[in-house]
Amino acid sequence: MSDLTRTTAAQLADALAAGETTSVEVTQAHLDRIGEVDGAIHAFLHVDAEGALAQAAASDARRAAGRPASGLDGVPIAVKDILATQGLPTTCGSKILEGWIPPYDATVVARLKAAGLPILGKTNMDEFAMGSSTEHSAYGPTHNPWDLDRIPGGSGGGSAAAVAAFEAPLALGTDTGGSIRQPGAVTGTVGVKPTYGSISRYGLVALANSLDQVGPVTRTVLDAALLHELIGGHDPRDSTSITQPVPDLTDAVRLGATGDLTGVRIGVVKELNGSGYQDGVRQRFQESVDLMVDAGATLVEVSCPMFVHALAAYYLILPAEASSNLAKFDAMRYGLRVLPEDIADPSAEDVMRASRDAGFGDEVKRRIILGTYALSSGYYDAYYGQAQKVRTLISRDFDAAFEQADVLLSPTAPTTAFKLGEKLDDPIAMYLNDLATIPANLSGVPGISVPGGLAEEDGLPVGIQILAPTMADDRVYRVGSALETLLTDRWGGPLLDRAPALKGAPA
Amino acid sequence: MTGKSDTLVAWDDVLASYDPALGLEVHVELNTVTKMFCGCPTEFGAEPNSQVCPVCLGLPGAMPVVNRKAVESAIRIGLALNCEIAEWCRFARKNYFYPDMPKNFQTSQYDEPIAFEGYMDVMVEGEIHRVEIERAHMEEDTGKSLHVGGATGRIHGADYSLVDYNRAGIPLIEIVTKPIMGSREKAPLIAKAYVAQLRELIVALGVSDARMDQGSIRADVNLSLAPVGTGALGTRTETKNVNSLRSVERAVRYEMQRHAAVLDSGKAIFQETRHWHEDTGVTTSGREKSDADDYRYFPEPDLVPVAPSRAWVEELSGTLPENPREKLDRLQADWGFSDLEMRDTVGAGALGLVEETIAAGAAPQAARKWWLSEMARRANDSGVDIAELGVSPAQVAAVQALVDAKTINDKLARQVFDGLLAGEGTPEEIVAARGLAVVSDDGALGAAVDIAIAANPDVADKIRDGKHAAAGALIGVVMKEMRGQADAGRVRELILEKLS
Repeated sequence: MSDLTRTTAAQLADALAAGETTSVEVTQAHLDRIGEVDGAIHAFLHVDAEGALAQAAASDARRAAGRPASGLDGVPIAVKDILATQGLPTTCGSKILEGWIPPYDATVVARLKAAGLPILGKTNMDEFAMGSSTEHSAYGPTHNPWDLDRIPGGSGGGSAAAVAAFEAPLALGTDTGGSIRQPGAVTGTVGVKPTYGSISRYGLVALANSLDQVGPVTRTVLDAALLHELIGGHDPRDSTSITQPVPDLTDAVRLGATGDLTGVRIGVVKELNGSGYQDGVRQRFQESVDLMVDAGATLVEVSCPMFVHALAAYYLILPAEASSNLAKFDAMRYGLRVLPEDIADPSAEDVMRASRDAGFGDEVKRRIILGTYALSSGYYDAYYGQAQKVRTLISRDFDAAFEQADVLLSPTAPTTAFKLGEKLDDPIAMYLNDLATIPANLSGVPGISVPGGLAEEDGLPVGIQILAPTMADDRVYRVGSALETLLTDRWGGPLLDRAPALKGAPA
Repeated sequence: MTGKSDTLVAWDDVLASYDPALGLEVHVELNTVTKMFCGCPTEFGAEPNSQVCPVCLGLPGAMPVVNRKAVESAIRIGLALNCEIAEWCRFARKNYFYPDMPKNFQTSQYDEPIAFEGYMDVMVEGEIHRVEIERAHMEEDTGKSLHVGGATGRIHGADYSLVDYNRAGIPLIEIVTKPIMGSREKAPLIAKAYVAQLRELIVALGVSDARMDQGSIRADVNLSLAPVGTGALGTRTETKNVNSLRSVERAVRYEMQRHAAVLDSGKAIFQETRHWHEDTGVTTSGREKSDADDYRYFPEPDLVPVAPSRAWVEELSGTLPENPREKLDRLQADWGFSDLEMRDTVGAGALGLVEETIAAGAAPQAARKWWLSEMARRANDSGVDIAELGVSPAQVAAVQALVDAKTINDKLARQVFDGLLAGEGTPEEIVAARGLAVVSDDGALGAAVDIAIAANPDVADKIRDGKHAAAGALIGVVMKEMRGQADAGRVRELILEKLS
């Protein structure tokens, strides 16, 4: 095959099945690509060449014996560093977990291994998934393959950049307020946040347990569906995991790939458009809407008035849960341990204090303080309690909107990728980047971001978000696939073909 | 360990000036095979940190799953305490930092307990006192810290500390009473009787090992005083680590006397946690605790609500042990005890022991006699609860069987108990090893009787004159000669035969 790294996962799976290549070849090609470009991108915090090649060899042996473990057996994958991987470092982008090697696999990781996908390594992220730019990683930022001076989105900038830079055909991300979809939008890739509870969170180091969801990060909607079907489904280790089976997603993609949207009602959310959205983003969004209407879809404008409170509610619920989740990082059992310099005979509490002070970055500390305050006695009702009520009202807005529309459409992020450092000192500006993605997490509905073209003013990717009702993940895939087909036809090829060549990479 | 000894007010003076309000929080460690939120075993005494997994170690990414058996036990306890069972309730996180808490929060229940609004009728000196139960909720135990070095075994002054997480995640039920008012001088006894009866209930339910000495039942005593007759609630202290029935009673009494002294001196009681010291019988100040203690409770987002179906609750209510008061009536009738005998048996905390001893074959009066006299005395002498003396009901029954078979008498039986406590083997082995069997061989006894008669001619004459009561003096001489190992009945017969 010509260039194994520019091939989609579905195509690689076919080539492996047809005996046109081997998993070792495919895996080595991606390791080589990582070697060439990751110095510039910094998508990976840890590359496991030896482990990935061993898994690849085992995959080839299974195939030779005629017993592939799954359709994707042998297709390599990158894993966000927030998912526990037995024997591989898992830092969550934080100094406090430097050197920690989990003794167990997250359920999704175990499912990848069982399905035979070699794990290339662990991808960079904002510390404990707190951020929208990957600049809050304690190990340095990831760079956007479209423009190395710009952010790749966050928190899962590493996974999105790895896929966008052809360092991996597939990656796993996690989405708490947009950490899969927003990086997908700004890197011209596909990211899916599945229905809350439909993919196990066991082994996902929790940021905000009631919002977190694992999902696929890919270059095509079909690849996302293949990966989603593989990792989805009930897990008895996750009490919040739902028991209904994952709907047939690849079928939905095939249906969507016809480009026909006859009878599909698409709702444009009034509150997720307009002011605050970059002109180029709005143009690309309108173009997508028009294409879909031309393809037979019915357009309805819907209003979700409570969405304006989503950001405020989110920044109470998330820090509250996070402040409690992060309490376990106390240097007593694992991770970083720092002895206070000014105390001769430190107590356990002194060591906890010094370690947490040294181990957590500013954004993490900011949210721990916010969350601790929001949960404090006397403030709980006014903050956490009130935020939970807003959450219920947002779900009602969704319910009402989905009575009028089959899917809801919006830009994924209000702007294209901003410059590294641009918003680092302005947390509120950073938080506003997740305006359109957060409501889905608050109510648990599934969503996808598909590439919507390049903004005219800066030539950078724009993402289109498609949301569907809880458990209707197949609808997200059908409409996402249709839009992908319509746009790719218009462009004459995938958007990523227009990304600039990276230094060291063949032109 | 006590910096300075507390000033105490005499008991009668306490009661003259103050009314106590009592509150008890009892933690019951369930005997489920696995932990509250993971599949780790719960066996007591295993190698430290050998019964742990990512979940109970709180490793990053691990998630809890509720143990259904623990919920079942919680519901049964709730029902046995006449509580309402929640149709829907959640777990909550109680956030605080401590090295033996793997996650630095305890998964517990806050404002939505599984069981609430119940009561238990407690018998004290023949009277029934209704103790109202506020709630019974589920939670997980913490790990166990061992502070090495230093004088006190406490964290302050220790050289280093070791933590065993085997206990982390073991299911606990915390049972909280409402304030117990109007108990006056009976407060210490009510506290003790409540814990004793609760323990018996737990045993009957079969949901816990119920070993106070191993910490599977732990009591915290809340106490406050208010000026007599005002019906007010004073500032309370919470005395932790009260791990025997006897200590519950003593700790209440001590705190009442200490509070009174503080209040008498015009000072205020400091709301705090106190530690009970079994050995010295005093409490000392622990960490300061106030209502400002902020655990930042919020619903545990990794667990779904517990919603026991009414059908399940109904089914479980069919598995409850006999109502304690009905059981008392039944046992009293079966055993033929007087009201006083029954009251003393309950008061001594020996009801279950007597019941088990009778079940093992002893006659009711014999069982009562051994526990309420011999065992109660020994327990008192060594300052332990009668149940933790180290003699089992089965052993008492076995000793009584030897008495019934005339192998030993009551006096020799006491030596058998000495042997049991010294770990010398079974009652039979002790009798053999110590040579305790009574002599009923007429040859040996006859010779001893002859010697006694010869040595006490005046007594012998009285008996010959028909004063049979005087035989007692000669029996005493023979028993002394035989070092107590004679069948006293047979000795009397021989004396009367020889002197008729």
